[in-house]
Amino acid sequence: MKFLITVAVAALTIMISTTAQAFCGFYVARADTSLFNQASQVVLVRDDDRTVITMANDFQGDVKDFAVVIPVPTFIERGQINVADRALVEHLDAYTAPRLVEYHDPDPCNRYELEEVASMDMAFPRSAQALKASLGRSRGVTIEASYTVGEYDILILSAEESDGLIEWLDENGYNIPRGAEAVVDSYLKQDMRFFVAKVNLEEQSKLGYSYLRPLQVAYESNKFMLPIRLGTLNANGKQELYVYGLTRTGRIETTNYRTVKLPSNTEVPEFVQAEFSNFYRSMFEKQTIKENERGVFLEYAWDMNWCDPCAADPLSADELRKLGVFWVGGGRNDRGVKSGAQDVFVTRLHVRYDKEHFPEDLVFQETGDRQNFQGRYVIRHPFRGELTCDATDYKKAVRQRQEREAETLANLTGWDIDDIRAKIDFIDTSSNVVDEPWWKRIWN
Amino acid sequence: MSIVTKIFATIRDPRWYQVFVLSLLLGFGILVLDFGIHWQNAVAIFTMAQVTQYLASRLIARIPYDPLSALITSYSLTLLLRTDVIGVAMLAAIIAIGSKFLVRVRGKHVFNPANVALVSLMLLSEHAWVSSGQWGSATIGALALACLGMLVLTRARRAETTLAFISAWAVLLFGRALWLGDPLTIPLHQVQNGALLIFAFFMISDPKTTPDAPFGRLFYGALVAAVAYAIQFVLYEPNAPILALIICAPLVPLIDFMLGGRSYRWKRPAKDSAVPVEGVYS
Repeated sequence: MKFLITVAVAALTIMISTTAQAFCGFYVARADTSLFNQASQVVLVRDDDRTVITMANDFQGDVKDFAVVIPVPTFIERGQINVADRALVEHLDAYTAPRLVEYHDPDPCNRYELEEVASMDMAFPRSAQALKASLGRSRGVTIEASYTVGEYDILILSAEESDGLIEWLDENGYNIPRGAEAVVDSYLKQDMRFFVAKVNLEEQSKLGYSYLRPLQVAYESNKFMLPIRLGTLNANGKQELYVYGLTRTGRIETTNYRTVKLPSNTEVPEFVQAEFSNFYRSMFEKQTIKENERGVFLEYAWDMNWCDPCAADPLSADELRKLGVFWVGGGRNDRGVKSGAQDVFVTRLHVRYDKEHFPEDLVFQETGDRQNFQGRYVIRHPFRGELTCDATDYKKAVRQRQEREAETLANLTGWDIDDIRAKIDFIDTSSNVVDEPWWKRIWN
Repeated sequence: MSIVTKIFATIRDPRWYQVFVLSLLLGFGILVLDFGIHWQNAVAIFTMAQVTQYLASRLIARIPYDPLSALITSYSLTLLLRTDVIGVAMLAAIIAIGSKFLVRVRGKHVFNPANVALVSLMLLSEHAWVSSGQWGSATIGALALACLGMLVLTRARRAETTLAFISAWAVLLFGRALWLGDPLTIPLHQVQNGALLIFAFFMISDPKTTPDAPFGRLFYGALVAAVAYAIQFVLYEPNAPILALIICAPLVPLIDFMLGGRSYRWKRPAKDSAVPVEGVYS
């Protein structure tokens, strides 16, 4: 009956059902508060069976009204949950983001090497926020531990049956996404456990944060996976997820979905610089459709020691340590030798998912592949200064290049080729040399 | 024997159909799915497999050189093995073909060549892995059709292992979903896996390394599925079917001992031919 009421509430308040969605866990709204979870970012640190997961999300809504229920592959206890600085994930995002690089053609009348002038990373607006609820007890649910970490109240639940967990949430006034009971039940049978995090408003105001900081969980389990099923329950539309793998051997990939490299290293028209976000979104959209909306996209795979070009500096040993990379930092490695090079390989995966196309949780494996890959798009500015020689060949070559770039862009994004051509500042191919008799230049 | 009869006699060997289907799969993987197969690795695998086959045929087994089985193994390795080190690719071909000649019980080789190479390199090296998700699920229908077509064309010779494995695997996955209360889209998604198809149709099906008695083959296929299930859903290890096959392979001589049956030969001796049967080592 309780469940039926929940369903009715969810059906009546469409705002909740369309927005109370989340990445690994699900958000449970206490009131009809507008909330839009646009993109979540998960950092997966993994070596052997040890995993540290950091979950950050772009969560817009009133912090006090929400709590988040997070499934973890194994039972966890107090001390395994931590709160991280959001800047860590933002730095990792900036370091691994697809990038646009621009080159300026040199004066064709001089002879210089092509020079890379600048690089820039693209910026997606990100922000975060969240939650709160009240403590309680109910049949079938024991709260194993309840404590405060940073601005969060953490409840570690030992629910033997999903009815207990669902009922407990229900009795405490949370709206449960439709279908959550079945998924929770399935997870419990697979020996997964849950914890609830709520924002402790008092602590939050003391700490002075106006947004939700990422939660971290460290655990040991042979399951190398990310539970996404709860997040898809009543999501109206697709969700965006970025997974950053930090591993020792090589890049990570999904074993139950196809991992595809995003098209990269292509030359695009100059005007893309002004609308790089649009370009990236359209291209990503087109690629997901090409993969039948079931692809996981590789956007970056690199040794953490360097980058070229750098969208942002590599993360420091201290930052990596805070993200849970337990094998770096501390100045010395296992053999007591001061560790120089960081033994960390980063993978950035981008998934757009929904229940229909991603029915199963993401399962990963670490591969031995250390080949570098980055989403890199190139702009070549033609030389537009005054020409002091006959540069007809150069101009023709530029014109051809511009046409090629227009076609590439149309292919990548699905944009109309004529619209693209209209935006391109095509170079004038007419000769800049005054037509004069050939003999005039002989003795000049 | 006329040329036409000769050609027909040649393509009666079911391995030609396998080569045909595997070429389709490889072409599709490279051209459409963009597997990222390094051509150097492919060349290394195909060459080393033939070199090993030739040398072992001449020096160890002292039988005529037959390139066909080594060719099929090369395709399987190229499709499944991923590595960034060309030496690993070469080693894979040597281990695969070498194992046929060196690890033998009662006149049969114990391990499927590609299987033993994949598992030993994955265990020994960080530079070898299998990308089981790379096929996606959109194209699986077409792939399955090609594989089933092959079974029909080869008159389903010794296909019991494949059928038993696929049926048992599907029953286990759907049973698990029912037990967990999961939507059936999940097991449906799990069985739509290209690597699984290659495994079922080209690895576990290998008539040279499966039991000789029909019932033995049914039992063996189901056993591999059960072990694979345990590896995937109890131990949560990737590449479960490939690992399961290597674990179960040593049981084949035992099953043969208990159930008997006639050893498989790729080529039946032609009545008018004096050439002895050579398939035993191929």
